[in-house]
Amino acid sequence: MNRIYLDNAATTRLDAEVLQQMLPYFTDHYGNPSSIYATGRDARKAVEEARRAVAAALNCTAQEIFFTSGGTESDNWAIKGIAHTNQSKGKHIISTAIEHHAVLHPLEDLQKQGFEVTYMPVDEYGLVNPADIKKAIRPDTILISVIAANNEIGTIQPIAEIGAIAKEHKIAFHTDAVQAIGAIPVDVKEWQVDTLSLSAHKFHGPKGVGALYIRKGTRLPAFIQGGAQERNRRAGTENVPGIVGLGAAITKAVTTLDENAKKIAALRDDLINGILKNVPEVRLNGHPILRLPNNVNFAVKYIEGEALLLRLDLAGIAASSGSACTSGSLDPSHVLLAIGLPHEIAHGSLRLTLSADTSQEEIDTVKTELPRIINILRAMSPLYEQGESHVF
Amino acid sequence: MYSDKVMDHFNNPRNVGSLEDANGIGEVGNARCGDIMKMYIKVKDNIITDVRFKTFGCGAAIATSSMATEMVKGKTLEEALRISNKAVTEALDGLPPAKMHCSVLAEEAVHAAIADYKARLEQKENE
Ligand SMILES: Cc1ncc(COP(=O)(O)O)c(C=O)c1O
Ligand SMILES: [Zn+2]
Repeated sequence: MNRIYLDNAATTRLDAEVLQQMLPYFTDHYGNPSSIYATGRDARKAVEEARRAVAAALNCTAQEIFFTSGGTESDNWAIKGIAHTNQSKGKHIISTAIEHHAVLHPLEDLQKQGFEVTYMPVDEYGLVNPADIKKAIRPDTILISVIAANNEIGTIQPIAEIGAIAKEHKIAFHTDAVQAIGAIPVDVKEWQVDTLSLSAHKFHGPKGVGALYIRKGTRLPAFIQGGAQERNRRAGTENVPGIVGLGAAITKAVTTLDENAKKIAALRDDLINGILKNVPEVRLNGHPILRLPNNVNFAVKYIEGEALLLRLDLAGIAASSGSACTSGSLDPSHVLLAIGLPHEIAHGSLRLTLSADTSQEEIDTVKTELPRIINILRAMSPLYEQGESHVF
Repeated sequence: MYSDKVMDHFNNPRNVGSLEDANGIGEVGNARCGDIMKMYIKVKDNIITDVRFKTFGCGAAIATSSMATEMVKGKTLEEALRISNKAVTEALDGLPPAKMHCSVLAEEAVHAAIADYKARLEQKENE
């Protein structure tokens, strides 16, 4: 069976050219970048080259890039570090109701430690209103953290507008740009962010490696403590092949961005329109225009998300859902609840995320398979009974 | 994560649908927590002669519904009431721990359908 992978927001396939660039750093250049002999120096050179590549992609200097183990570590470092460093100034943080758990859970931890967090609501499309953020600012606000593009519904936030507000009030501003890199243009100067998280495996790089951009002058001590790596700010022997992969992947992602985004968005729109036209009582979650080029998220009434995923898997299609039964909790995704979906509809959400690998043929297959599967599951749903009007 | 038996019952659910001449119907769960099961039974001479189900829910909920209908069919009401959610999950070669709560629904639905049958019977006797 031909497998169709439409879960690129979860992770992406490692690019073959990126892998080729990584391989010598597992074999020939295996030295520790901190060592002074030749193989160590080779590794050091490669790490610094990758740092320059990431800096070029974000429009910053190489000294402002710190390699980490991925998006989760970068978010934890920025959120907890900025909060703890500035707590003498205040203990109030502003964030949103639709952050990734890598931001949300550190914030909840800070709340237990006496910090106060205001979670800005979003509108039905998942958009935060910058004017609301401005109103929420207090004299003791020390950090604003807003996800650049949401991983579930793909909504893109007005980060530059929020950055200007943060700057005006001299409040540190963090953004989780894990889903944004390679999908939309990212420029830390234009966005006026102080810290920014990214993760290689979301743009065809390797897993377990990411970076945190820390604007020069931002007070943020080491989070992982130990050796003097990353100029004393992130200890631990560098993941050299991973870092090389990150550098190669981000360069490729930004140089192909325009062309890929256009191609992927066309397939995305074809899929959205095809399903909305042919299947009744399906709605699109997220913003119709301000959305990631690769994100499709439907609320499918009368059926449950996990059942839908299992049936799609049997048809060779890999997707994702925000239903409770896929998350292992009793509640559906906080993002879907935040955009105002009732619990029962949030349970029936389906996320399909494309990549540059996705073909028209694959989208055509989904356009025929998905309606078929929805019909099967609706036929066995007590909520979908002909003649009965179940108000959902 | 699911056993082959679970996947078989999920993919080819037995006794799915509704029953025109059901004389006991039970509906349990709610859409809020993600699982609803509706069970239709036809009882004759204290024996469940036919059964159907409809389920809104995850793979585990659909598979346990299907297995429960197979297990109660042809049983006396007393026998059917003794079938626990544990027996249903064992018949499916187990469920992941996080999914055990979904299996409770099948037992509850059988009980609700039988209770509805008994209530209807009582009402008829009182008429
Ligand atoms: C928005 C967002 N932030 C953070 C993360 C965590 O990244 P990582 O998997 O690299 O830890 C993810 C990935 O799941 C994400 O989508
Ligand atoms: Zn369930």
